[in-house]
Amino acid sequence: MKRYSAFAIAREAARYHTGWERAWASPEPRARYDVIIVGAGGHGLATAYYLGKTFGITNVAVIEKGWLGGGNTGRNTTIIRSNYLQDPSAAIYEKARSLYETLSQDLNYNVMFSPRGVLMLAQTHHEMRGYQRTAHANALQGVATEFISPERVKEIVPIIRLDGPRYPVLGGLWQARGGTARHDAVAWGYARACSDMGMHIIQGCAVTGVRSEGGRVTGVETSRGAIGCDKLGIVVAGHSGELAGMAGFRLPIESVGLQALVSEPVKPCMDIVVMANTVHGYMSQSDKGEMVIGGGTDGFNSYTQRGSFQHIEETVRALIETFPMISRLKMLRQWGGIVDITGDRSPILSKTPLEGCFINCGWGTGGFKAIPGSGWGFAELMAKGRSPLTDAFSLDRFREGRFIDESVAAGVAH
Amino acid sequence: MLILHCPHCGAEAAETDLTPGGQAHLRREGPGASDEAFEAYLFQRDNPKGVHFERWRHAYGCGKWFIAARATDTMEVFGTYPAQTSAPPRELLDRIAERRPDWRGRGEA
Ligand SMILES: Cc1cc2nc3c(=O)[nH]c(=O)nc-3n(C[C@H](O)[C@H](O)[C@H](O)COP(=O)(O)OP(=O)(O)OC[C@H]3O[C@@H](n4cnc5c(N)ncnc54)[C@H](O)[C@@H]3O)c2cc1C
Ligand SMILES: [Zn+2]
Repeated sequence: MKRYSAFAIAREAARYHTGWERAWASPEPRARYDVIIVGAGGHGLATAYYLGKTFGITNVAVIEKGWLGGGNTGRNTTIIRSNYLQDPSAAIYEKARSLYETLSQDLNYNVMFSPRGVLMLAQTHHEMRGYQRTAHANALQGVATEFISPERVKEIVPIIRLDGPRYPVLGGLWQARGGTARHDAVAWGYARACSDMGMHIIQGCAVTGVRSEGGRVTGVETSRGAIGCDKLGIVVAGHSGELAGMAGFRLPIESVGLQALVSEPVKPCMDIVVMANTVHGYMSQSDKGEMVIGGGTDGFNSYTQRGSFQHIEETVRALIETFPMISRLKMLRQWGGIVDITGDRSPILSKTPLEGCFINCGWGTGGFKAIPGSGWGFAELMAKGRSPLTDAFSLDRFREGRFIDESVAAGVAH
Repeated sequence: MLILHCPHCGAEAAETDLTPGGQAHLRREGPGASDEAFEAYLFQRDNPKGVHFERWRHAYGCGKWFIAARATDTMEVFGTYPAQTSAPPRELLDRIAERRPDWRGRGEA
């Protein structure tokens, strides 16, 4: 793999950009691999990457039915934060956030991590107490956050209106090293690094069945024929229920639509991410100047990748009260993804009833921020059978009542 | 916008008049049930990419609960019926089978 650098840009410019190589190969599938990962979203690709990088397992295929990064990884609003309440969540999200800090260097691929700060507004007394509690929990967990006053909020976000009639701003939970990253680049950077280690990324290949013998996984059936494996990792977000069905088990998961939208580009007016969870709306400004806006999920199961119009209306209506200046903005485009919501709003990284088959899912509305940490932990789980980062997120927590209750982590916020 | 026919009051109710209530025909487990059965009742849900039976309440209309059979991949609605029953009506199942010959039945994808 030729490294990317300022020098490489100059070199390639001098020969009219004819010398760039493809970022990843498109090989024919082999008959079998040590590990197959289903789903080339961020989580699947990161898993493959750390399997190779940390554990030296490189006979790996990542099988993707569409194109890599075309699922939720390429559809999200890219918020990265780790200000969760429960210890297991704080551990895995903070691991991810800290890996994001140096990901561009690690991958030699600019993922445009921008630790611009994430502010979660407290707009009810209930929320205020909740975020104060989170700030205390974060202090114990070693996650740098603080609860700030409305005056500080106004200083950080001059365009905000503090004294809205329905939802005045009473304070906020501020994580200065939260932020955003370029979502596609995260998938592309991991894919390039995986391909460089000799792994196969097989796009346009749908997994249609899971093969097993005596309760142990032996491979998958795909639209391009059967492929064998020792270990199987299912990392397909909204399609987890389908894949679990193929492997013969059920999940505490429902798939629902979640939407986002962007406005026409405007001059820089807000250099952080603001989330308003009471009104189900959040906003940041992209480098191009578009206001990136997201809201809540639909309340019913769907695989259509488009959501209900009234959710857009609801989100924008609420945000206008807090940000009056956006009321005249034209919206450019809107899109949806299918997110996988679990019973306790926390992800599942776990062994499954089928031996050798592992599942990483349930990231719901908030898994982009977790990609590096999830890949790190899930690779360890698949390689060694357990991982301190993922142990608490096992499937049996639902039977045993060990929930990781983060109702603000995945059900509402991002 | 999703529009469902309310089998109680007859209104063609728009999504904004309705509250979704999740998977229909769950059977409540009682005392003495196994841990597995209770876990399934509390948390595991049908999540098919296809025909799904789900509860809705006509919240801003007559206020009553009903059940809709709907395709989660196309948003096609096959029909609705009152919630006071433990199984979908035969004629609705026939209609679904006619439109989706590959459908294997409730709870089996
Ligand atoms: C509108 C929206 C906004 C969001 N905003 C944020 C945010 O601000 N911050 C945040 O942290 N998170 C956010 N999220 C959530 C985040 O996008 C997801 O949690 C995350 O991207 C999931 O990554 P993944 O790799 O698990 O899944 P995906 O990226 O969806 O990848 C799964 C892949 O599996 C493939 N697949 C499925 N079935 C099969 C099959 N049978 N065979 C082969 N391949 C298959 C799919 O094609 C897909 O490419 C948002 C999501 C949406 C939809
Ligand atoms: Zn009615």
